[in-house]
Amino acid sequence: MKKLLILGAGTAGTMMANKMRKTLSRNEWDITIVDQFKTHYYQPGFLFIPFGIYSKNDVIKPKNDFFPVGVNVIFSEISKIEPKDNRVILGDGVALKYDYLLIATGTRTAPEETDGLLGSLWYKDIFDFYTIDGAVALAEYFKTWKGGKLVVNITELPFKCPVAPLEFVFFADAFFTERGMRDKVDITYVTPLPGAFTKPRATKMLGELLEQKNINIIPDFNIMEVDNDNKKIIDFGGQEIPFDCLVTIPTNLGADFIETSGLGDDMNFVKTDKHTLRQVDHDNIFVIGDAANIPTSKAGSVAHFAAEIVEENLMCAIEGRELTATFDGHANCYIETGYGKGTLIDFNYDTEPLPGSFPFPGLGPFGLLKVTRTNHYGKLLFRWIYWHILLKGKDMPIESEMQMAGKKL
Amino acid sequence: MSIKTIAGVEVNVNDEGYMEDASQWTKEIASEIAKEEGVELTDKHFEVIDFVRGKISAGEGLTIRGIGKSGVVNAKEFYALFPGAPLKKVTKISGVPKPTSCI
Ligand SMILES: Cc1cc2nc3c(=O)[nH]c(=O)nc-3n(C[C@H](O)[C@H](O)[C@H](O)COP(=O)(O)OP(=O)(O)OC[C@H]3O[C@@H](n4cnc5c(N)ncnc54)[C@H](O)[C@@H]3O)c2cc1C
Repeated sequence: MKKLLILGAGTAGTMMANKMRKTLSRNEWDITIVDQFKTHYYQPGFLFIPFGIYSKNDVIKPKNDFFPVGVNVIFSEISKIEPKDNRVILGDGVALKYDYLLIATGTRTAPEETDGLLGSLWYKDIFDFYTIDGAVALAEYFKTWKGGKLVVNITELPFKCPVAPLEFVFFADAFFTERGMRDKVDITYVTPLPGAFTKPRATKMLGELLEQKNINIIPDFNIMEVDNDNKKIIDFGGQEIPFDCLVTIPTNLGADFIETSGLGDDMNFVKTDKHTLRQVDHDNIFVIGDAANIPTSKAGSVAHFAAEIVEENLMCAIEGRELTATFDGHANCYIETGYGKGTLIDFNYDTEPLPGSFPFPGLGPFGLLKVTRTNHYGKLLFRWIYWHILLKGKDMPIESEMQMAGKKL
Repeated sequence: MSIKTIAGVEVNVNDEGYMEDASQWTKEIASEIAKEEGVELTDKHFEVIDFVRGKISAGEGLTIRGIGKSGVVNAKEFYALFPGAPLKKVTKISGVPKPTSCI
């Protein structure tokens, strides 16, 4: 029996286990997937928890519900990849051999990377919402918060779901307005980017939304440390920003074992060919999802579009053919803007987010770079699609390659 | 693209003044560009510049974190050497492309 080993059973790993079990012959191929945790988190749902829209139970399910029959599942920490010997070492020392390896270990938040972030105010006046614990703690805090300076700070690039911090401030604006205390809450968005987003048109559109909603933005801020005693964040240039409540998007790093296995970049993301999605140094290793260092968003939608590419190229490699599929970096992100409305961006490596309609040119039903009610329903619908279609590796009626039809230049 | 004379040498630069051919770069050119950026180059600056040029010629990406881990300077010292926008400044002075951030 030949062996396909999948590391990580999050969004991307689970999806690939389902796809590959259908594609690879059961008589010839063993498929094994490894993850440290038994619970699957619907991470996009974390955004809704601080504002009481979702609770913890809305975003968790057992990982076991999503694996197909015929896949071996191992719950264990992964300690090391030894690519020269084609094997992976687990936390308890067990070695797993592979013929092909698929890395899907995502990214984790690393608050320990910033001085003072894990200080005396952590989970007292400082929270993250990229983890279930942080999101739940913040929901409790907001229930009784009397208002003051709410500062949302992005520590460092890249971080997963680059629109989530923007959605967070839009939601905060609506949340405190609805509670009749918006005049007591001063919201400031502090980012290392030169504006609200990276690409010109989306930056302009989202920047204007911030302004309309009376949310301050402080760009080009690279945080150096948190001063817990004086409740301030300080950047490398010496700029100081006071806060009463700090919501941080901590540094996002790839798994530690990526670094010790010699496969990663400065932030432990796996060095990956951005078109073939193969690891740059090893022909029998492919990478999917947030774990890859490819220059596009780290998002579930990207992993979904990449899945088809990885499947095809993995089969090419296995059958000794040239890799024929090319990934274009396609990303598609619904952005909640508060008050039951949302906007949508669709882009890839070469094309910035443009206005228009999606997925059907002229018809939509979703509006690109427009604030509409339908876009908000798109996002809510996404949770259902995630559990029932995406994780199971089923096809969706959306092309994985980005389409120019329906977009206005 | 246009041609600009820096330290007496004609070099190709883009609209933002970044050199387009890293092989045209000299230490004298670096000092000239640095002056325009309000930086007076010391030996320490050149150590960082060497590191940056090495990274780029090896085809690798450049991040503040990477420079902070380089062993040449830490992130704080890097900001002190190239105040304001350190990555933008150091790449311009080193004659390599401006780093892009994509999310
Ligand atoms: C607040 C928030 C909002 C978001 N909103 C959206 C959205 O609206 N749309 C969208 O498309 N995306 C969104 N995302 C991003 C999306 O959730 C991720 O991009 C997606 O889950 C990535 O999938 P992945 O499989 O690469 O990583 P993950 O799903 O994170 O899975 C990685 C898995 O690897 C395991 N693992 C890691 N290291 C080890 C180890 N050493 N040993 C064993 N197991 C290990 C982990 O336990 C985990 O199960 C959001 C994310 C957050 C945090």
